[in-house]
Amino acid sequence: MELFKNFKDFKMDVLKEVGNIGAGHAATALSQLVGKPIDMAVPKVQLLSFEEITEKVGGAEELVYAVFLRVEGEAPGNLFFILTPEAAVSLLNRIAGIEVSSAGELGEMEMSALNEIGNILAGSYLSSLADFTKLSMFPTVPALAMDMAGAILAYGLLQFGQMGDDALLIDTTFMEGHDEIEGQFFLIPDPESFPKIFRSLGVPFDND
Amino acid sequence: MIEEQSIIKVGMADLNVGSQESLIRTTGLGSCVGLTLFDPVKKLAGMAHVMLPSSDIAREGQLNIAKYADTAVPELLNRLLALGAVRSRLVAKMAGGSQMFAFAGGNDTMRIGPRNVESCKLALEALHIPLIAEDTGGNFGRTIEIACGTGVLFIRSVQKGIREI
Repeated sequence: MELFKNFKDFKMDVLKEVGNIGAGHAATALSQLVGKPIDMAVPKVQLLSFEEITEKVGGAEELVYAVFLRVEGEAPGNLFFILTPEAAVSLLNRIAGIEVSSAGELGEMEMSALNEIGNILAGSYLSSLADFTKLSMFPTVPALAMDMAGAILAYGLLQFGQMGDDALLIDTTFMEGHDEIEGQFFLIPDPESFPKIFRSLGVPFDND
Repeated sequence: MIEEQSIIKVGMADLNVGSQESLIRTTGLGSCVGLTLFDPVKKLAGMAHVMLPSSDIAREGQLNIAKYADTAVPELLNRLLALGAVRSRLVAKMAGGSQMFAFAGGNDTMRIGPRNVESCKLALEALHIPLIAEDTGGNFGRTIEIACGTGVLFIRSVQKGIREI
């Protein structure tokens, strides 16, 4: 894990740009879906402990909707699109015209619609990333879960778990006007993917 | 009468022990397994939040023994023995090991929950500690809490509410 602790600022900036491009395209796709401008925060790239990662979405017990897809190809990793229950309901209203009374009780159709929205956004995140890096990246079929954040995010930490107790996370938050729709993208490339990402972007990777 | 109970938290890939009136809690178990050991006479309990099945796959410099089933269970046993627990009295319970996302392909990583459960069982068998109750599998997250005085394990999930084993 020392490898990642010693990343110079410059490398962190490169990863921020990776998050920026991916989430930027996804935010554009979302804004087309809802027909409104979507704002996006500057991506954060941080080496965080497992606990700190769940704190980012409000703690291990916090209820979230998450679309998860495993990225395969030259730079494998895990991608999460995370929504608060309120944001999920708001998104369904806007895009699919589905009225939901309680955020905790989405039916099969609502879940399926949400999964598809997540799929579109995550796909656009990933394809722009693949274009940018010229690396092949294929998404697996996305899966949606509504559950405790800790239980969901642990899935994305397994690859890092074999190496240590921290993971390098590229985190981008976006929101619409009055924070009605707030969502987060977490990209957690596998540890082995970092050298490939850097090299593909012409950044020398020599463990410094 | 409301008694002040101390809550001992166990993070991901972590373990801890407690006694008497204290509660040991770990939150948001998905594919991870929360394994508890309990000595009913001494009123001592311990909990490990196991993340991965085997330390064979570890590539970390300094091994976090609480992370892997094969190393966490013996360590938890040693911690309890050091506090005066008697090995022959210890009983185990566990919860978690679910499969949060169902994929058609289903490679090994996706099956991590069931593999964690299997490994924990093997580790308990190797130490001759009986597993008296479990709530494992499924596709949902759990938060668990063991009462060190009674050994009751409380399990909370979003869809199923609270149950005890």
